[in-house]
Amino acid sequence: MRTPIANMLLVLLAAFVGSFGAVFLKSGAAELRKGWLNLVFSEDPPFFNWRLASGVSLYLLSSYFFVLGIRPPGELSVLYPMVSLGYIFTLLWSRIFFHEPLTRVKIAGLFIIVAGVFFVGLGSK
Amino acid sequence: MDNALSAAAADSARIPESRSRQPVGLVFCCTILGAAAQVLMKTGANHLAHPGLLGMLGDLPLMAGYCLYGISTVLLVLALKDGELSLLYPVIALTYVWVTVLSLVIFHDDVNPWKMLGIALIVLGVAVLGRGGRR
Repeated sequence: MRTPIANMLLVLLAAFVGSFGAVFLKSGAAELRKGWLNLVFSEDPPFFNWRLASGVSLYLLSSYFFVLGIRPPGELSVLYPMVSLGYIFTLLWSRIFFHEPLTRVKIAGLFIIVAGVFFVGLGSK
Repeated sequence: MDNALSAAAADSARIPESRSRQPVGLVFCCTILGAAAQVLMKTGANHLAHPGLLGMLGDLPLMAGYCLYGISTVLLVLALKDGELSLLYPVIALTYVWVTVLSLVIFHDDVNPWKMLGIALIVLGVAVLGRGGRR
């Protein structure tokens, strides 16, 4: 493996930060009761949807780390499977923060997808 | 924070069954936009001269990619309003399928058996999750 550890850490960090982005987007989405304006504004103090804003910020931060991480000499075959670790983090946060049920169907679907991402990475030069 | 979290938890518990498939459709659209965004970002990242923020701001394809990402994020938020995060988030992996197809068409990337297998597995996994969402 010629992929430097620094690239791996950057992509792992991107996956980790991105999974928290998804958590904030989900909690911010709960405020969208009256319409599109709630994407930015909120009825309660501080009158702007800071959860969505945090989610978007974490996403931007995540993709910044990702762009830095996949630059050469980072190999996508090594780095892509690490991205899919983000799906597993998100499954855990969904359980912990939103009490969503962890059904067998979800776990099976998730692992098939993670395997799929692994093979896409394996096929990428 | 706790209020919004429990509100979101209550929301996803209260989804009527007939509506539970609509969020998956929204995320489906979100992955097509996301794939277009990634192709643009890849083009941008390839000739990124300076890794700093200023270098990224001056990179047109990269910025266009971010705009498409913005639109797809709005779709994702609308989907998350009515759907479960644990179900919808892995569906985003469909992006890899479109990216592979787009790379084939635009960059004439080679498609090898590993990629085909990976794509087939992702589609299968999303189909499994789609079934889970119907129940």
